[in-house]
Amino acid sequence: MKKNKFIFIVTILVLMFFYLPIIVLVVNSFNSSRFGSVWGGFSFKWYEKLFSDRNIWQSVKNTLIVAGVSTSVSMVLGTLSGYVLFRYKTGIQKAHNVLITIPLIIPDILMGMSLLLFFIALKIKLSLFTVVLGHITFCLSYVTVTVLARLQDFDFNIVEAAQDLGASAGDILKKIYLPLLAPGLISGGMLALTLSLDDFIITFFTAGPGSSTLPLQIYSMIKFGTPPVINALSTLFLLITFLIALIYQRINTRRT
Amino acid sequence: MNFKRANVLKLTIPSFLWLIIFFLIPTVIVVVISFRNADVSGGIGAGWSLHGFSDIMSVSFLVILWRTVKLSLITTIFCLVIGMPVAIYMAKADEKIQNLLLLLIVIPFWTNFLIRVYAWKVILHPEGLLKKLFFIAGMIPENGTLLYNESSVLLVLVYTYLPFAILPLYTAIEKFDFKLIEAARDLGSGPVYSFFRVFLPGISQGIISAVMVVFIPALGSYVIPDMVGGPGGEMLGNKIAQRVFIDRNLPKGSALATLLILAVILPGIIRVFMKRTNFKTVLFRQKKSGAV
Repeated sequence: MKKNKFIFIVTILVLMFFYLPIIVLVVNSFNSSRFGSVWGGFSFKWYEKLFSDRNIWQSVKNTLIVAGVSTSVSMVLGTLSGYVLFRYKTGIQKAHNVLITIPLIIPDILMGMSLLLFFIALKIKLSLFTVVLGHITFCLSYVTVTVLARLQDFDFNIVEAAQDLGASAGDILKKIYLPLLAPGLISGGMLALTLSLDDFIITFFTAGPGSSTLPLQIYSMIKFGTPPVINALSTLFLLITFLIALIYQRINTRRT
Repeated sequence: MNFKRANVLKLTIPSFLWLIIFFLIPTVIVVVISFRNADVSGGIGAGWSLHGFSDIMSVSFLVILWRTVKLSLITTIFCLVIGMPVAIYMAKADEKIQNLLLLLIVIPFWTNFLIRVYAWKVILHPEGLLKKLFFIAGMIPENGTLLYNESSVLLVLVYTYLPFAILPLYTAIEKFDFKLIEAARDLGSGPVYSFFRVFLPGISQGIISAVMVVFIPALGSYVIPDMVGGPGGEMLGNKIAQRVFIDRNLPKGSALATLLILAVILPGIIRVFMKRTNFKTVLFRQKKSGAV
């Protein structure tokens, strides 16, 4: 019983540790003082500044383009690779599996660095396009792993039964694979979207002039700009995150 | 049986080729460029040399390298020690509380990574709340600072990687059969003995995954030491970025990245090896149930 109390207290302390910085940010986003330690009264001025900053909204647009394109492409590629990795165990698939697994564990800075040198070596100009190529590369592994996990409890007897009953390949894809794999596809896509929206380092290495994404914009604001605007921005972020988490939870509970 | 070889190939090629082009070849390029000469204009010069690796011999770099390994190791240990009780609590709780805790742990990490690091900068700031508390408690002098040293980097590293340690530990503990501990205790082993000889070996897979997902990314940290580290908290990642973006010496940056690749590849190979054995057991189970 004493042990249970101990692990309970540690859990509460860890949760407080996790939420402390976030609470500080939210409170400070309404603090009219520039300094986080002084309460200068309640105000919305950082939100007003945020909405009048055109650089921020340009970078939001870039972020959404990058996330949208790289999520869709990596979902297609990741579904294919998840499927073949699960069904076939040939030598090529083993190599394929290694190629999928390594990007999951290497530090981002290595992938960013190698892509930068790759683009320099091929004399490809850095732009939003090179950012998208980088994002697809790291999203692909995450989508594959998620789809693969979902396939573990996929019953291939259904496919064989359908074939025996004369279903065409198109029918099998539309009526068996897609509906049964949809939850795996959605969670893989959500993961890719989250990672793409959040990525700083790989974008930092592969972005050219004018292709600043929101994380890059946030970085330069922290380094050179007006930090309180970031508090306002992150509070908005948090709100959106909560909404997405809520929707995600709904989808999850409905499935189970 | 359902698809002919050509069809399998058609399905394999897109992702396989993508990873060859955008992952394998670029990584090889990094290693190759580290042996090239630098070009004054910031590009890659002609000829081959070991000049790129000259950084590695300097004392100032060895200090950074040692700090990188040390901080990553301490971060991993902290994450395991703090994460373990949380994971145990979660695994033993009711399913509803389990789901709630999972969500509570994940949500803060859905906010932008940079923003979270920035929040710590605000908290640790010389004008910030924590500094005042520490000063009142007499723990630091008035002109002392909590920011820009190894401890501030360590704190934010632990903050960032702790959930990545908790999740695999939780998954492993949830599958662990606690009756084994009862059995060990009935057979006369003490609580410490049964923890180290029954519980920890039983969740070794989770511990290994936790070490992998904390230690390796921590080795390549860039943003955290960059924002809360200052000159006294620089790590390998900062040195790579500095060589690439400030000195514009690509071979030197590549040489440091090659060093990081070597550091990562070793445990990486072990991991892939284990994944494959995992795969085999899955396949075996499938075969037994007649699915494949």
